[in-house]
Amino acid sequence: MINIKFFADFRERAGVASLKLEQSGETTVASLVETLLEQNNDFEFLSSKNVLIAVNQTLSASDAKINDGDEVAFFPPVTGG
Amino acid sequence: MMIKVQSADFCVGEEYSRLRQNADSDGAIVTFTGLVRDFNQDGSVSSMFIEHYPGMTEKSLMKICSEARMRWELGQISVIHRIGHLTASEQIVFVGVTAKHRKEAFEGAQFIMDYLKNSAPLWKKEGTLSGMKWVDSKTSDEQALTRWYEDKQVS
Repeated sequence: MINIKFFADFRERAGVASLKLEQSGETTVASLVETLLEQNNDFEFLSSKNVLIAVNQTLSASDAKINDGDEVAFFPPVTGG
Repeated sequence: MMIKVQSADFCVGEEYSRLRQNADSDGAIVTFTGLVRDFNQDGSVSSMFIEHYPGMTEKSLMKICSEARMRWELGQISVIHRIGHLTASEQIVFVGVTAKHRKEAFEGAQFIMDYLKNSAPLWKKEGTLSGMKWVDSKTSDEQALTRWYEDKQVS
């Protein structure tokens, strides 16, 4: 099971703050995104250029490997401070 | 190192005193406080909501402070970032750094703010006359990082 989280604008567009996706074996963030896009048009924002990815709360690239139990978050560029 | 992500306001005087009490043989304290502006990209701002990624925000701020310590000899470091609802002119962020000399303290504090703005998972939503709107990230904030690029980067 992969725990997926969305924040800020992405959370609103997805219509959910988090969801779980069944996953057996190792995969990458990029293929997880493909799966999400196939599932639901609401995730279209994931194909935009300005998507930040965190795997287990560390900023990562789309080729990052993920396994069962991992937490993957998608969010827009940050604007704190 | 003290990292706090909280909805409550903070008192700069108290934070300064805490830094000073623990500054040991340091000769410099630099503090920075960020406030909610009443004017942004699309006009006047009456209120603001700050969302964050619980857990990762703290982790990311710790990482930024550790990176600052690798570059400069710093004493105490305090970072406070507020979340939730804020109104114009309220305090949002505090960074305080102590060091032996002013150069390290100034640069350390500036480095922490520059990286916080670009990598800590926090998002502002502003309340304007036309409703609530997520704030766009600024390229000027990204450019501010390039001055630190000669060495290692925080990812």
